[in-house]
Amino acid sequence: MDAADAPAPKLRVDSATKAYMTATGDLLALDRCSLDVFPNEIVSVVGPSGCGKTTLLWSMSGLHGLTSGDVLLDNQPITGPHPDIGIVFQEANLLPWRDLDANINFPFEIKGEAPDQPWVNHLVERVGLEGFGSRFPRELSGGMQQRVAIVRALSLKPSVLLMDEPFGALDSFTRDEMNHLVEDVWLDRPTTIVFITHSIDEAIFLSDRVVVLTPRPGRVAETYSVPFERPRSFEIMATKEVFDLTVAIKRDIVGGRVGARGGAEPALAER
Amino acid sequence: MSDNAIPEFSRPSRSGDGEQVSLANLSAFTSGPGATSRFEIAVIVAVAVLIIGSVEAALRLFEVPHYILPPPSAIAAALVTEFPLIAPHLGYTLVELFSGFAIGASIGLILAAVITQFPFAEKIVAPYILILVTTPMLALVPLLILRFGFGFTPRIIAVALAAGPMVMINAATGFRRVDSAKIALARAYGASTLQIFWKIRAPMALPMILVGLMIGAIFGLLTAVGAEMVGGGFGLGNRLTSYGSMIQMPQFFAVVLILSILGILIYVFFYLVGKKWANWEA
Repeated sequence: MDAADAPAPKLRVDSATKAYMTATGDLLALDRCSLDVFPNEIVSVVGPSGCGKTTLLWSMSGLHGLTSGDVLLDNQPITGPHPDIGIVFQEANLLPWRDLDANINFPFEIKGEAPDQPWVNHLVERVGLEGFGSRFPRELSGGMQQRVAIVRALSLKPSVLLMDEPFGALDSFTRDEMNHLVEDVWLDRPTTIVFITHSIDEAIFLSDRVVVLTPRPGRVAETYSVPFERPRSFEIMATKEVFDLTVAIKRDIVGGRVGARGGAEPALAER
Repeated sequence: MSDNAIPEFSRPSRSGDGEQVSLANLSAFTSGPGATSRFEIAVIVAVAVLIIGSVEAALRLFEVPHYILPPPSAIAAALVTEFPLIAPHLGYTLVELFSGFAIGASIGLILAAVITQFPFAEKIVAPYILILVTTPMLALVPLLILRFGFGFTPRIIAVALAAGPMVMINAATGFRRVDSAKIALARAYGASTLQIFWKIRAPMALPMILVGLMIGAIFGLLTAVGAEMVGGGFGLGNRLTSYGSMIQMPQFFAVVLILSILGILIYVFFYLVGKKWANWEA
């Protein structure tokens, strides 16, 4: 990314540091982690297990604060949950005592607003959930549940969508399908998306940029651009570019862990 | 994406099939046995008729005296002829049960909801609740009678003391089942503490609350009848001691039958409520 002609970031993480207090002392999850996400960009964050990816996402969402550093949305610091940010959690996180309609209406209910029915209907149709409104979550497959979660997260028309390993529990075919769906939804109404994942394939397929975090404490090790047109087809996954990218990312993650910290001493790919 | 890519999942066709049964959820009793076909119902009825018939026949054949064990027919007859006399006592027992349960359950529920918000306070209170749960409240009835006389008051207090802690301990288990992801979801939309309570914590606790209410109501019934047996001139428990002392065994068993039916009605009521409102967990 070229800093000079880049637009103002939609979401800026500025030397975010987060320490958790534990019985055995403080655990540093994030250490001066900085990251800019530009408007309508899809950015994936990958990294070794426990590197602070989820901590980073929760900080972006305002659900928990930072020990030091800032998260800025449109240049305004985020101090708590923000209506302009939608979140898709791990494992759908639906309310099992509510049917799908009631799950989708949950955000409106909390806000005390009438549901934006045309928009909700549009989303429901978009993700292929028509006719399931009176089903309960336990009657649906994991993929279907995540579709509901995506509709719920987009129902208030957020400009930022944070996705925390949303498809980690799904089988790989369903996951591919969901990746297409996310792109579909994005093409339908562009949103700034930050996508946490364990899957390099998923990260590459979906993203404009893939951000690799270091092992804990997490900070940005490397950033890769993924220069494919949208909509993308799964065939891009068989190209040499993607192959090289996958190898490079794997080297960052696995290589760092086995000690040959090739690119891991951060040549901060930040601007 | 195409519609046919969406797998369709249907509701499990039978209760009990592959559902998880644990004490922590209502399915422990909503997935209990229930007749599903005419054949099953026919067999169940036939077995019942057979058992009652055999008991009747055996008692007559061996000429067992009524004061030892009256035959089912005599109990049924007593139930019909004595019912007008028993009915007011049933009414008194129900008054004690309902008012005691209402008081005890409300206090138990409120305490559970409040105390689980303060883990430290919960630790302090827990042993006393445990004492209340494990001590038979019947033991206090003579004392309560000394203080409050032979009227409704000591019995209602005893029922409340028996039901309240049962409701509380189960409801507290429910309220303690914090799912931080669901609370985070609500918070992400700016939910207030009260909204989080009513829209996340309370529905999550509901299955356990219903279990608590059911156990509390049954303990309340036991305690009401027990308290009536200890002292005072009315109530089904009083009828039991009275018929027993006069060796009116058909009448005695008629009262026992009424009590069994009451217990079953309590169970069925909470079973249906659970099936309607808390069957999401399976």
